[in-house]
Amino acid sequence: MTDLVTDPLRLVEVVAFWALAALAVVAGVLVFRWDSMARVTYALATSFVAVGLALVVVDLHYIGAVTVLMMVMEMAIMAVFMIMFMGMNPALMPMDMTHRKRPAAVVAVATFVVLAGGALLVPWERLADPVPGAGSASAVGEAVMGPKMLVMMTVSPLLFATLVAGVVLASHRTRYDRLGDDLRRRPADDPQPGGVGR
Amino acid sequence: MSLEAVLVVASALFSVGLYGALTQQVVVMVMMGLELMLNGVILAVAGFWYFLAPEPTGQVLLLVVIAAMTVEMAMGFAVATLLHRSAGTDMVDMATELSG
Amino acid sequence: MAEALLFPLGLTAVLLALAALAAGLDAVLVEGPAAWRAPWQETARLARQRRRALASADRLLWRLGGAGLLVAALLMAAVVPVGGRPVADVPVGVVWFNAMDVVVWAAVWCLGWGANAVHGLVGGYRFLAQALSYELPLMFALTAPAVAAASLRMTDVAAAQADRWFVVEMPVAFLVFCVGVVGFSVHGPFAHPAGADVHGGVLAELSGVDRWVVQAGRYALLAAGAAFGAALFLGGGTGPWLPGWVWSLVTTLALLAVLVAGRRLLPVVRPDRFVEAGWLVLLPLTLAQVFVVSVVAVLRAGGA
Repeated sequence: MTDLVTDPLRLVEVVAFWALAALAVVAGVLVFRWDSMARVTYALATSFVAVGLALVVVDLHYIGAVTVLMMVMEMAIMAVFMIMFMGMNPALMPMDMTHRKRPAAVVAVATFVVLAGGALLVPWERLADPVPGAGSASAVGEAVMGPKMLVMMTVSPLLFATLVAGVVLASHRTRYDRLGDDLRRRPADDPQPGGVGR
Repeated sequence: MSLEAVLVVASALFSVGLYGALTQQVVVMVMMGLELMLNGVILAVAGFWYFLAPEPTGQVLLLVVIAAMTVEMAMGFAVATLLHRSAGTDMVDMATELSG
Repeated sequence: MAEALLFPLGLTAVLLALAALAAGLDAVLVEGPAAWRAPWQETARLARQRRRALASADRLLWRLGGAGLLVAALLMAAVVPVGGRPVADVPVGVVWFNAMDVVVWAAVWCLGWGANAVHGLVGGYRFLAQALSYELPLMFALTAPAVAAASLRMTDVAAAQADRWFVVEMPVAFLVFCVGVVGFSVHGPFAHPAGADVHGGVLAELSGVDRWVVQAGRYALLAAGAAFGAALFLGGGTGPWLPGWVWSLVTTLALLAVLVAGRRLLPVVRPDRFVEAGWLVLLPLTLAQVFVVSVVAVLRAGGA
């Protein structure tokens, strides 16, 4: 604790980390306490933003900023789905949308005890010395796109397949609905005509 | 702030998410629980990276977790939309045709 | 220690002053030269007005959304180098700006949702549709200068333009960036989420201080976007004869004036018409721009 007193910057870091950690956990709990779907979604977004900023505190600037960026965007869209699929207002129609509460609580508490206990009891030791600038964006880029590009080559097709599969599953209209049975109808018959006329 | 502290917070996030994923009946709310669990995983991996092995390549694991999360979200919503349209339900208990 | 406090306060003051200038220019362009006092009159009016709220409004999200615009604008401006010095020299300044402009998604939608009224809700959903169309082109437009400067740090991007401003090398990225800035400021051609056809949309139910904060936030976003664009494409405070901070200010003011004045030249774009334009026209254009910039960067670095 002595180095905290002598080094104000370290103190700021520690205080920031604990504030963000508390925010992340409290927002996470609120996700399952609140009834309003809009609030629930943005509580989860808050939890992610807090974790993203905590990553910035531990020198992971790029991944921290990307986490904030991606999760806020994802939750802004998720809110639309949440309200679409759970359009009921629990305040008007009180109903419990949960099940198996007690076993779930037992499992969750047991999981926490095992994980946190392990975290506190295992004698952690440093596996590698810090590399200066290891958290930088260029270091991430090197790791992903560096020799053999293995990560990039694996993740890219996976994401592309997800895009295609997601659209195929979710879309109820095919090109025959849009362009007619001979695919010759121009302009296409869309419920929402676009601006370019495709 | 130490590795233990980071891991305890991550465990708390993971357990809250697990509780939510187990108790919620609606597909999209189950996904919220899964997201929260992965949020804990991200924090834990970042802690391991920072305190045990702060070297460039370690961050790839984080990126892969984030990518897995986006895949989970996209497919989850696609399936939820499909269920909603075909069966008119958004409850996991009623989507029994998926369980054979 | 004093500097650490004074610098952010100065930044806030400058950003609000720029926002006030933008609002004044906007009023003059729409209503004529006599309207230069309009922002100040509006401020005085709203400061005295009592706040209204509808029954069972979600006040938490509503207030957070309203404040979010101004906060996002300030956090964007924090990484902008003025004459080579930003308030916070974040190593990933470009990504930081992008993250903040995504925060605007959440803010505007919460603003529409929180009031618990139909016009606001329509406005909020309109903004999401609009945001989905401008965001990806904007991301690639931000990528181009970062690739050319080989850094995501804003001070590096500004310094890389010492002999040639990036707007000359990547005009397409610059134009798309401007589209994005006007888009996330809910201004001019992209003001449909706050359109007259839904009685002000996301602004419909705002009154008193809440309304002032949101309107200030919109113009502050426009100002922060202009300042960022000046640092990213218009030399970033490099130029002959004058000191750096003067160049930063002049380019920022010029870009801000152009962005505000564009409102008079362009009609409002409906988000459903803009989706195809964003995805099928702007996105390929910015991708081609990034490709060209990347090839040039590799050749300059003496690569393969």
